Amino acid sequence: MRPHRSTFTVCFPETCMELAFYIAAAVAIISTALMLRDVNVVHALLYLIVSLLAVAVVFYVIGAPFVAALEVIIYAGAIVVLFVFVVMMLNLGEQAMTQEKGWLTPGIWFGPTLLAGVLLCEVAYLVVQGGGAQLEAGMVTPKQVGIVLFGPYLIGVELASMLLLAGLVGAYHLGVRTTKRMDV
Amino acid sequence: MLEIPMRDGLILAGILFSLGVTGLLVRRNLILVLMSLEVMLNAAGLAFVVAGARWQQADGQIVFLFILAMAAAEVAIGLALVLQLYHEFKSLDADALSEMRGIA
Repeated sequence: MRPHRSTFTVCFPETCMELAFYIAAAVAIISTALMLRDVNVVHALLYLIVSLLAVAVVFYVIGAPFVAALEVIIYAGAIVVLFVFVVMMLNLGEQAMTQEKGWLTPGIWFGPTLLAGVLLCEVAYLVVQGGGAQLEAGMVTPKQVGIVLFGPYLIGVELASMLLLAGLVGAYHLGVRTTKRMDV
Repeated sequence: MLEIPMRDGLILAGILFSLGVTGLLVRRNLILVLMSLEVMLNAAGLAFVVAGARWQQADGQIVFLFILAMAAAEVAIGLALVLQLYHEFKSLDADALSEMRGIA
């Protein structure tokens, strides 16, 4: 793992990595904010993809390449594809967008933004109080993650598999009932 | 070497989580509500990975894996419910569900 890291730092000096962190963080925040105020669901989905990819860059920079790959493959890949399929099946047209515009009146933003802002200030205050510990420069490799995942956390893997099976059966059940009702 | 304070990563997670909460409260479209939930789960996972990078432990990434599995199951069920509700009410408005009061 060490030689891999050092070959990477030859191409990109550490300051570039720090810059990449802050740029990716800004992209994630801006695209998430744009997602929230978009009236078109498909455009909001595209902003969500950008946000997830930016968070993947953050993961890579702070030394978690395995999780960065999973973020791209599962979040920006599989989960967003589920959203895209549902938007396609619902077949929302122009009237859905005008309805959205009617829902998003300017006054509606005030309360939620204020409350979330207060919570954010409290969290930021607590985090800043905690002192300025630096992130370690090394990388947690996929091998280390795998060894710990299938060692002490094996029961968690089994439980996650049961959760996914329950999700599969539940989604199938709900979907089957929908198609039957459409036939009648 | 890499000099990113842990503080900045945690504040980024906090900002993304707050944006998710705001979206959850503001939007009435059920699909946008589910997307805000995804943003919130992603922010929680980011906090775990940042903590894992602080102490160079794999545990943070493993908790992120569990959050990922939970988000996948949750979004599958949630979107199936959204389809059901759209066929029932012909609308994605969360307020339309206020009619779900049972038989009485």
